[in-house]
Amino acid sequence: MSVLEGWEAVIGIEVHVELLTQSKMFCGCKVGFGDEPNMNVCPTCLGLPGALPVPNRTAIEWISKIGMALNCEISETSVFHRKNYFYADLPKNYQISQFDIPVCHDGFLDVAVDGDTVRIGIERAHQEEDTGKSLHMGEGGRIHAATETLLDFNRSGVPLVEIVSKPDIRTAAQARAYAQELRNVILELDVSDAKLEEGSMRFDANISVRQEGAPEFGTKVEIKNMNSFRSLERAVAYEIERQVDEITSGGTVIQETRHWDEEAGVTHGMRTKEGSSDYRYFTEPDLVPIVIDATWQAEIRQSLPELPAERRARYADLGLDPHLAGVLAGADADLRAVFDHAVDAGADAKAAAIWITGEVTAWLRREDTAPGDSPLTGEWLAALVAMVSDSKVSASAAKDVLDGVMRGEGAPEAVAEGRDLIQISDAGAIAAAVDEVLAANPDAVERYQAGEQKVVGFLVGQVMRATQGKAEPKLVNELLREKLS
Amino acid sequence: MTAADLTITQAAAGLASGEMTSTQLTEAVLDRAAMTEAVLHAYLTMDRDGAMAAAAESDRRHARKDPLGPLDGIPIALKDNMCTHGVETTASSKILAGYRPPYDATVVERLRSQGAVITGKTNLDEFAMGSSTENSAYGATSNPWDPDRVPGGSSGGSAAVVAAGSALGALGSDTGGSIRQPAALCGVVGMKPTYGLVSRFGLIAFASSLDQIGPFTRTVTDSALLLDAIAGFDPRDATSFRGEYPNFSDAIGRGVQGLRIGVVKEFSGEGFEPAVEAACSSMLDRLSATGADVVEVSVPTVDAALSAYYLIAPAECSANLARFDGIRYGLRVSGATTEEMMARSRAEGFGPEVTRRILLGTYALSAGYYDAFYGKALEVRALLQADFAAAYEKVDVLVSPTSPFTAFKMGDKSQDPLAMYLCDICTIPSNLAGHPGISIPIGLDESGLPIGFQVMAPALGEPVMYRVAAEVERLATFDARPELAGVTA
Amino acid sequence: MPIDIDIAHVARLARLALTEEELEGYRRQLGDILEHAAHVQDLDTSSVTPTAHPLGFVNAFRDDEVCPSLERAEVLAAAPEAREGYFVVPPALEGS
Repeated sequence: MSVLEGWEAVIGIEVHVELLTQSKMFCGCKVGFGDEPNMNVCPTCLGLPGALPVPNRTAIEWISKIGMALNCEISETSVFHRKNYFYADLPKNYQISQFDIPVCHDGFLDVAVDGDTVRIGIERAHQEEDTGKSLHMGEGGRIHAATETLLDFNRSGVPLVEIVSKPDIRTAAQARAYAQELRNVILELDVSDAKLEEGSMRFDANISVRQEGAPEFGTKVEIKNMNSFRSLERAVAYEIERQVDEITSGGTVIQETRHWDEEAGVTHGMRTKEGSSDYRYFTEPDLVPIVIDATWQAEIRQSLPELPAERRARYADLGLDPHLAGVLAGADADLRAVFDHAVDAGADAKAAAIWITGEVTAWLRREDTAPGDSPLTGEWLAALVAMVSDSKVSASAAKDVLDGVMRGEGAPEAVAEGRDLIQISDAGAIAAAVDEVLAANPDAVERYQAGEQKVVGFLVGQVMRATQGKAEPKLVNELLREKLS
Repeated sequence: MTAADLTITQAAAGLASGEMTSTQLTEAVLDRAAMTEAVLHAYLTMDRDGAMAAAAESDRRHARKDPLGPLDGIPIALKDNMCTHGVETTASSKILAGYRPPYDATVVERLRSQGAVITGKTNLDEFAMGSSTENSAYGATSNPWDPDRVPGGSSGGSAAVVAAGSALGALGSDTGGSIRQPAALCGVVGMKPTYGLVSRFGLIAFASSLDQIGPFTRTVTDSALLLDAIAGFDPRDATSFRGEYPNFSDAIGRGVQGLRIGVVKEFSGEGFEPAVEAACSSMLDRLSATGADVVEVSVPTVDAALSAYYLIAPAECSANLARFDGIRYGLRVSGATTEEMMARSRAEGFGPEVTRRILLGTYALSAGYYDAFYGKALEVRALLQADFAAAYEKVDVLVSPTSPFTAFKMGDKSQDPLAMYLCDICTIPSNLAGHPGISIPIGLDESGLPIGFQVMAPALGEPVMYRVAAEVERLATFDARPELAGVTA
Repeated sequence: MPIDIDIAHVARLARLALTEEELEGYRRQLGDILEHAAHVQDLDTSSVTPTAHPLGFVNAFRDDEVCPSLERAEVLAAAPEAREGYFVVPPALEGS
């Protein structure tokens, strides 16, 4: 990366999120993915003559929630505009969107990158409608060789929120972290399934480079077609290097839209039409202004869940290190609830977190069970943690106990007894077993006394075998050394 | 004189008493249309079978003494820019030739649910853009008072069928005067309601912030009756009025004693025909004599209203008509790419006036010109609203001629867009303000052509507007009917 | 004030495939109309702010409820070309 030394990238990201409301943004058609083509259409979302839009109240509440979660100001009054451009999958040949007064503006999102927190500004989040889908048919499915295009308007009119970051992002890693954190927030709000592969969350990146310390921005290039976090990171890294290369080799960066080619790992310039940027925005005369007054705002704010950043901070306060807090914060909501209840029931937070993110998650995955279907409660997890710390069961037996709990055998104590996993911590009982083992292995005793310390391990193993693993290893160790010396 | 010459109120009484049936009434109207259409070309589509079936159902309800209301069994025509499920709806454009909508407009639903008999779809200037009904892809409509003259527009077909008796009432749409001006030129009553009183759902949009559906009738009483039937909150129209709707018929017959009537000073003088001015001034004298306080009022911004209108309406239309692209319905002219197909279909499908306004609106909204044209026009609109508000502090209604002139000869203005635009000088301000207005016939000029008198009121001022309109009608005693080639005499 | 109009650009924005001759005719007519319409610029409008709805209505919403969609067969019957449930058009190549 030496070629990048002395250069700085300026990156802004535009994210489109489809809201998973029941019905579309401006009509009562179903919001669904994977239905037969053109089944969820009506005069409004098909742009039939005479049809009119009426906005979905829930969508307006949800974009407000998104704005609040992103620390945005919510406009008391905002309006819809028409964005005019002709395209086959845009039925009215204008998109109802927002222009100078979006619902949300001027927020930020704190993002953790390599252990540091970076604050990325949010320029705005506005409400609009999605387009239909075009299928380009023809030779090998390649767009430039298409012989015709098939149109499906099921997606037309699905509520779409566009979230525009400020140009505060400086690296590909930050770009990825921002997009991931934003997705976490959206999922937490439960307003979208935010599936990258199905396109219910999509991002474009605006990238320019400049010499470090330069006061002005370089020429901006827009990158499209990044369908995963990894491709976003790769595309941004590639584009930064391409632009620096271009400039240092005496060329200039031109303002354009480029397409990320995942397979080749490069960006290509896209064919663009002349004058396409003249969208002739004007206030949508079929709609009236949206007024979200203080009362309505308060109601919406009340419905906000705990957000990932808040949760991480709460976990850190419980004593979890940032990594564990981050992993747990990203865990399934049912599992986090078990954790929270376990802590309430007095469990050591770190131990409970390790159980949840480790063995419990692994068990569920192994057994292909949904977290919500497991019988594990916070109280039981707290009991399990206590059994280990009180040496009632060994660490390895504890996994057996969990298995029993998960299989519905009852509370941890009952499972441990039922499966005969309670440790023997009675010194007398262990001493008897130790004596037996020492008597049966005279050569080992001899070797120990000749200075071969590590033979203790073998003897401990023998005692554990004799007790079917139930003897508390620490006690066994102590008794053995005592008797051998 | 046949049943086709009855007013809605008279016919409703006849149906209610059992004196006649809707089948007889509808037949009389369809027979009239069969005679007049050869001359007028006012209908684009006649739904003879649908009308007779609806009439028969109405008769069954009347026989059970269970009619759906005063409109049950009354033959009503619709301007062809209102969607009718399964019945061709073209907005007089080639681009929609053969188009059958999969749904009914809200006004159509409302009329059907009240038992009205829909006779058919009437001619208009393409997409309601024009003042003469000459801009129809399917041929011009003639004025029943003189077939060589225009009926006005854009709802010329609806005005003509009501004048000729080939419907007892009709619906039109008014964006800059498209109900009131043809009503004036055809000698019938035409009314544009307050913006938002009548749902626009299913009305093929011209300029969304100005369009409003309203009734054509032969009397003011019928007008209020038909408005009562079509007005009401519609959850499918976000601009629909959500408050309480008055009963529009109630104010009629209470006279104008004590009402303050403002005469708009700017709507007189140059460009206004002397016969029109004389008829209006005589009406003002009579209103004054009957107890109204008639005063002259200045609304200075009305002069700029026409300019603002010819920026705002085309701007909105340029977006509203973008959906006609040859993909989901309507005309398609083939092309190698979607873009080429769209551009060819649109060039082929839209007539010259529509093309002109799309270009004008596209230009007025485009980068670099928005502020000087569209943005400024919106400010002028706000200024006009403020001017009106000030005027209505002094008077209850404003009055003027509806049109500066009576029906003109076909072809007279069709080559000069600016001259045509001046037809709507008196009507446009109400659309920009969102206010109601009505045109009432008050007499004939020396050529025997009708003259219309306009009454305007503030938003939701329909009751006082109808109160004055009814008195104008009483004082005018206008009972002339067109002698259309001898068939309607 | 003579008004300069790039009529070919405007026609392209509006997706109207017009001939050179037609374009020239519209350019002249638009010039005349705009010269008249430019009168809006003569008024002092500093005292007013435009409103979105003529009567100042706000907040018209619908509840998030699913309503029946149209019959696909009826929808596609109106299309110039349709196949297997899709609308069909010549290749649409431009990026949107």
